Amino acid sequence: MSENKITNILVAGIGGQGVMTAAEILSQTALAQGFDVKKTEVAGMAQRGGVVTSHVRFGSQVLSPAIPPGEADILVGFEPAEALRWCSHLRPEGVIMINTTRQEPPVVSLGLYDYPEDPVGEITNTGIECHAFDAGAIARELGNFKLVNTVMLGAISELLPFSAEVLKAEILDRFRGRKPTLVDINEKAFELGRQAAADN
Amino acid sequence: MSAVPPLSESNRRFMSGNEAIARGAWEAGCNLAAAYPGTPSTEILEYAAHYPEMYTEWSVNEKVSLEVAIGASLAGSRALCAMKHVGLNVASDALMSQTLAGVGAGLVIAVADDVGLSSSQNEQDSRFWGRFAHVPVLEPADTQEAYEFVRRGFELSEQFNTPVILRLTTRICHVKGVVNLGQRQEISRNEGFVKDPARLIMTPGVAKKRLPMMFERDEEVQRHSEASELNFIQAGSDRRVGFVTSGPTYMHVREAFPDAPLIKLGLSYPVPFDRIRQLADQVDQLVVVEEVEPLLETELKAAGIELLGKEILPRIGELSPNVLRPAIAGLLGEEVVEEAPVKPPVEIKPPAPRIDPATGINVFPRPPTMCVACPHLGIYYCLSKIRNTTISGDIGCYTLGAGHPWNALDTTICMGASMGIAHGLDKGRVEADKDKKVIAVIGDSTFMHMGMQGLLDITYNKGNVTILLLDNRAVGMTGGQDNPASGRDIHGEEAMQVDFRKLCEALGVKPERIHEVNPYELPTLFTALRQEVKVPEPSVIITNQPCVLVDHYGAQPALTVDDDKCTGCGNCLDIGCPAILVTRRETVVKPNGSEKELAFVKIDSGACTGCDLCPKTCGPDAIVPLANYVRQ
Ligand code: SF4
Ligand code: SF4
Repeated sequence: MSENKITNILVAGIGGQGVMTAAEILSQTALAQGFDVKKTEVAGMAQRGGVVTSHVRFGSQVLSPAIPPGEADILVGFEPAEALRWCSHLRPEGVIMINTTRQEPPVVSLGLYDYPEDPVGEITNTGIECHAFDAGAIARELGNFKLVNTVMLGAISELLPFSAEVLKAEILDRFRGRKPTLVDINEKAFELGRQAAADN
Repeated sequence: MSAVPPLSESNRRFMSGNEAIARGAWEAGCNLAAAYPGTPSTEILEYAAHYPEMYTEWSVNEKVSLEVAIGASLAGSRALCAMKHVGLNVASDALMSQTLAGVGAGLVIAVADDVGLSSSQNEQDSRFWGRFAHVPVLEPADTQEAYEFVRRGFELSEQFNTPVILRLTTRICHVKGVVNLGQRQEISRNEGFVKDPARLIMTPGVAKKRLPMMFERDEEVQRHSEASELNFIQAGSDRRVGFVTSGPTYMHVREAFPDAPLIKLGLSYPVPFDRIRQLADQVDQLVVVEEVEPLLETELKAAGIELLGKEILPRIGELSPNVLRPAIAGLLGEEVVEEAPVKPPVEIKPPAPRIDPATGINVFPRPPTMCVACPHLGIYYCLSKIRNTTISGDIGCYTLGAGHPWNALDTTICMGASMGIAHGLDKGRVEADKDKKVIAVIGDSTFMHMGMQGLLDITYNKGNVTILLLDNRAVGMTGGQDNPASGRDIHGEEAMQVDFRKLCEALGVKPERIHEVNPYELPTLFTALRQEVKVPEPSVIITNQPCVLVDHYGAQPALTVDDDKCTGCGNCLDIGCPAILVTRRETVVKPNGSEKELAFVKIDSGACTGCDLCPKTCGPDAIVPLANYVRQ
């Protein structure tokens, strides 16, 4: 077989959390770095609070768009239970990055199902390299819950086959055009995410 | 909305399949694109609407959208019509005749099959329509091809005077990949509409004469398919197994078996049998890899080509390299590392844990729910509380009413079916159900799509159904697209707005049986519903608040729960608003000795829009405006 190392990143969360945007930014950065890129999502009726996953694959040539189970290099979990749901998609030497802010769905509020007591612990027990921190809290402290996205990208930025600075520039450029006031705060969010990943 | 993306120094773009199709159509000089939104095809038209050179519209249903496209084609303009698989069932009436009549300028029907069922009532294989309607089928394998094949579709359509089906799947529509773009080429328009009654007035006599033409055309396209570079054999060094692929399965096979010979069918119908025989001669065993139905498999076997297909591959859901690898390993007598899984739709059930089955990872399901403050919440709340009824539901967000906490629906079949099914439930009732009231629930868009005819049937045939017409002025499920109820067109510009009261009156409902209510006013809604189910004739209750996804939805300040007042009764949870969360549960023993479960709640102030629905279910008035609460 040829020397075509493909990087597989699975982004998982809930409709409305910015999963798609994070995957889009990763894809655009990889594209700008000269990779062939494919991105696909399983969203369906996800706008209604369902599970959303986005698959990002890049390398010198990407054929099939979806990441085969057990072959993800990085799992970005925007929510701890979703990280748990998808951790079996990782390759054994893969890395998981988790935002520990919980989002309980109505089926849990109604008492029909239990929210896992310790999703991060369960994942850690499988032996996967797992980093978990409260990205939601960082975002809230910075004043905008939507920053979770940038925090999480900052957190995985050192795990990618291109530099963290390149990824950061891609994020900040998006704001420079549309909302220049948000550039600084996103930069902060990115750095705090990077820091949190190093500390956890 | 942005205009045409300019082609700067690079023509390399990262696009979704749907975006690429819109772009491909625009470049091919297409002048009209029409659709009714449906996952996974919706964005084709959303992107098409960005190109001012193309007239675009949201049609009221797929049959109408195809008719509009046919009209444009006959008028001399290249036309594109897009829909999801179930949409082609609706449009098929127009398709079956047009295939006989032929086209004017190129006519491409982009049909997106929801393989893997991300949001559909069934999984079906639209390639059958190619056979059924004698229409060529193009199957792109990735985004680049999705873009290129639109032009090829127009060309084929014009060359052979036939509509062409561009068959897509979710893994084309919703995959983003790199596409190399070109520029729009205006095609020189012919003289416009050509009068040709012997072709275009489809009387039995005309149809009879057109049939031989159709069979001749089949043969011509068949010869074309044998020679076309859209169908090609790719040599490989490992000749133990060769593959027949079409659409995205080409990519899966190449990834799983980079050294295997294969044939890629871009123009998969009519089938190029000779080319496939050529491949069969080169390999020890031939496997046809196709998603959903064993369509090629049956045809190839009937043509005497020995091969394997669904004997070793799953018939349900999407194929992928990890599904193919173990199946083929088994075929070669190699060790099967992994079971050949028929994967369940992953977004509903978590996949079985692979890392360590002993850990038994199991996470609650997270099914789609209604949105925070959805105007339908109160309606389903009322429906869940009303007794002795049979409730016929419809598709779209309305289907969600069948879930928790409402469990309010008894049927959901297909778009617009709530009307006819309710009528049947009424007319076909047995003695035991004689006191049961029949209620039908339908959305504005669905009503205009296919429901109106059903209502007419009810009134005409003296039915007795209470109809809830939930007008949220958008096609909610697919993301809030506009329709004649929203009063805006595909570009968000002002358009005529339908008057449902008058419409229902025109369809035969008595004016005094039509009520318009605010769905957030629970008592009014309840009263209207109670009153109308008792009346032995058709009634319509129209609700009139917009979908929360539309950008002009007016949110109010959030509410909060006063912990001192909340008794933990949990009544507000029955509304089903996702912004209401349980903070703690408690079991208390009542004076009579029985146990009671209490659930104390809070409101996620970041999500709550202050719709003021949940306070109406709260006895002790514990739900109060956030500002007031803080001030106290
Ligand atoms: S007022 Fe109640 S029902 Fe309405 S959005 Fe807020 S929490 Fe949900
Ligand atoms: S309905 Fe009122 S009292 Fe009952 S749980 Fe909800 S907020 Fe508390």
